Amino acid sequence: MESLMAYVVGIMFTAAFYMMLRRSIVKLVIGLMMLSNAANLLIFVVAGMTRGAPPLIPDGASGPVGIVADPLPQALILTAIVIAFGVLAFAVVLIRRAYEVVGTDDLDQMKDTDT
Amino acid sequence: MLLAVLSGFLLAIVVPLLHRVAGKYIGWLLALLPASLVAYFSTFLSQVQGGPLLLEYQWLPGLGISLNFLVDGLSLTFALLISGIGTFILIYAGSYLAGHKYLARFFVIMLAFMASMLGLVLSDNLITLFVFWELTSITSYMLIGFNHEDLEARKCALQGLFVTVAGGMALMAGLILLTIMTGSYSISAILASGDPIHQHAFYTAAVLCLLAGAFTKSAQVPFHFWLPNAMAAPTPVSAFLHSATMVKAGIYLMARLNPALGEGEFWSMMLMGFGAATMLTGAWFAFSSTGIKKVLAYSTVMALGTLTMLIGVGTELAMTAFICFLIAHSLYKGALFMLAGALDHETGTKDISRMGGLRKAMPVTATIAVFAALSLAGLPPLFGFIAKELMLESLLDAPLWSNLLVMAAVASAILIVGVAGLVAIKPFFGTPGDTPKTPHEAPFGMLIGPAVLTIIALAFGLMPFLPENALLKAAVASVYGAPVDFHLALWHGINAPLLLSAVSLIVGLLLFRAWPRIQPTLNAINYAGSRVGPEAGYFKIMEWITVVASWQTRMLQNGVLGIYMLVLVAVTFGLAGYTMLDKYGVHFTLNLADSHFYEWGIALLLVASAVFASSTHSRLGSVASMGVLGFGVALTFILFSAPDLGITQLLVETLTVILLVLVLFKLPEFVNLSTPFQRYRDLAVSVFAGITITLMMLAVLDIQYFETISTYYVENSAPLAYGRNIVNVILVDFRALDTLGEIFVLSLAALGVLSMLKLKAEDQHKP
Repeated sequence: MESLMAYVVGIMFTAAFYMMLRRSIVKLVIGLMMLSNAANLLIFVVAGMTRGAPPLIPDGASGPVGIVADPLPQALILTAIVIAFGVLAFAVVLIRRAYEVVGTDDLDQMKDTDT
Repeated sequence: MLLAVLSGFLLAIVVPLLHRVAGKYIGWLLALLPASLVAYFSTFLSQVQGGPLLLEYQWLPGLGISLNFLVDGLSLTFALLISGIGTFILIYAGSYLAGHKYLARFFVIMLAFMASMLGLVLSDNLITLFVFWELTSITSYMLIGFNHEDLEARKCALQGLFVTVAGGMALMAGLILLTIMTGSYSISAILASGDPIHQHAFYTAAVLCLLAGAFTKSAQVPFHFWLPNAMAAPTPVSAFLHSATMVKAGIYLMARLNPALGEGEFWSMMLMGFGAATMLTGAWFAFSSTGIKKVLAYSTVMALGTLTMLIGVGTELAMTAFICFLIAHSLYKGALFMLAGALDHETGTKDISRMGGLRKAMPVTATIAVFAALSLAGLPPLFGFIAKELMLESLLDAPLWSNLLVMAAVASAILIVGVAGLVAIKPFFGTPGDTPKTPHEAPFGMLIGPAVLTIIALAFGLMPFLPENALLKAAVASVYGAPVDFHLALWHGINAPLLLSAVSLIVGLLLFRAWPRIQPTLNAINYAGSRVGPEAGYFKIMEWITVVASWQTRMLQNGVLGIYMLVLVAVTFGLAGYTMLDKYGVHFTLNLADSHFYEWGIALLLVASAVFASSTHSRLGSVASMGVLGFGVALTFILFSAPDLGITQLLVETLTVILLVLVLFKLPEFVNLSTPFQRYRDLAVSVFAGITITLMMLAVLDIQYFETISTYYVENSAPLAYGRNIVNVILVDFRALDTLGEIFVLSLAALGVLSMLKLKAEDQHKP
């Protein structure tokens, strides 16, 4: 499964970079979203994927029973998801504001400091 | 010794305070420091007779780096010249710049400059030498540009800085090569090792780099142009720069390394060739200029050329001549520059052709000038005569190119006699000139320096055994690399050098008489030559640098975000991909057997939604398929044992889609902004980045370098943190501070969002 997901993540990165290279600022934001999803998935995949064994400890036991999924990358990704959402919310409001002020969504027309 | 070298810097710090206290006597007060340094260095005079002295200070003992000072005849000669002439320069400057707005600032830089110069000549470590070398470049830049409100001064200062610092770069490369060849950073160790460096493969490269540094610093052809321009500095600076410091740094370096590098023929040929060319160039321009400072500046170029040439000749006699010429030049050049400043100060002009008959108004100045000029012209009974006779004698039996060098030396000697006339006869004798100010005698503070220096030159000339026994033998030994036995005398009997001197004196005086008539012609020749000379080349290079810089800025800092991103992505993945190709190779592996059919479904869903989101023309379609992508990712998390991630992803994805729909639909529809070429170019780079990521992931999955570090968390989650959801325990307990940071980030983002929504666009429409 990991090898298959490696190709999926590669395609997601390709799409994300392509969108971020567009001149429309909306596409830039969509690319940014896709990039954070792809990055999360990357961490998840390379840490190894385990089916049906969440890192939980049964009642009364001092440790999990049997082999469970690695909890550390999950903790990292959980943080990343939330931060990415914060960044996205900020970016979305920022471009809305920029559009109100500059009157264009073309990044190439935003390159002067005095607009 | 450490304190002696650094005392200049220390004193510089408190100068502004002292200036308030001492007022107009600041020059005299500060001169106490170099004067006491002279006394301190004099105590080494007897010690260096026995050989070089190494004073060690531990700097970073743990790393084996020590701050060592090498005191031998050569470095002591320089140290005494720097502090001795420095003493008089400081007194002189206090008088010359009396009442100047930035007098304190001037002394700060001047003391720092003097200390850097002392550090340069006394350092034993090549790295410290280089640091002090660069410090002299920087401080002299500030000194030359001292009149910073003057465009010309700024330009000249920058020119000096560019030329010497460019040379400094080469010097650093040369010093590193030298270290590679000898295996030591210590000058004394390099000199003592006696390795046949000149047979090393790096020898030629090292010599070229070192000489590039020395030649730029010491204004050798073709880098000579910066030195006369450095006269934009106040005269005390010029006097110090030209006589004992700065330009002598390159000479010092060549003399210092001569015992180690001088065995190679390449070294001597380079030094003799460039030295002789510089000598002639300097003498020519000195004689054809009219500004008194310019005349003196070019005569310095002549002297520097002579010194370089003498090191190149390399015989015992040449080295004796080198040391004598060095001292003689420092004495008379310091004196003459200070007198030139006095003339400028009291008459209001620098133009020699406007001066005349000043001996009545300025009798003391005139007397000192005549004696100093005798030394410049190399006439008895001044020390300059001894130096010049030795020089001619050493050239007459030079092992290589003897005839050529003698001819060049005589030609420049003729011109220099003329120059001496220009400096000492033209302003003071003959018909009174027309000067902007009514001339009167210069103040005492401006005369004491030239007077003392000239008296020393006279004393050394009449009693050459004094310096000979005290210092010169040790100095010559350290330049030659072995003890040299010689005996200086004013009168050698009638011999070839004396005849050559007589010839040059007569022809020189004839030339001087003709000067008022031929000077305009000479000037015209120089003007024609200046269009193709090295200075024109310098300006061409400077222009070219500006053109390249603006082109580069237009190319790289073009303000187009897409280009920045493109470059970043291409470079990052290009380098990462290359490294992986180099170290690991390309392995496309795909294991199909370990996936269930519904997992294939999710994979296909992810790919399809990513491709659709990036290729559709509909905003809604794009945002919706982003939602599909996000839910697909959430599904992956849930299927592969990460329920917390799945829940969070679902929540965030829902919020994101709502947010996008709410906000982005106030923005215009998608339109095609880029050309097909741009799209294909971006696509190619993106595909390349994607393939690199896939390959890297496959490589990471293939190799496991480390054991997982999660074991600790898994084992201790329940016993230590009393939590049964290990992911949650990591977030809120083991890594609680990280989570706190995350909360801060989110709060900040929320604040940003809030303030941007509150600040409506209406304030834009206000006038």
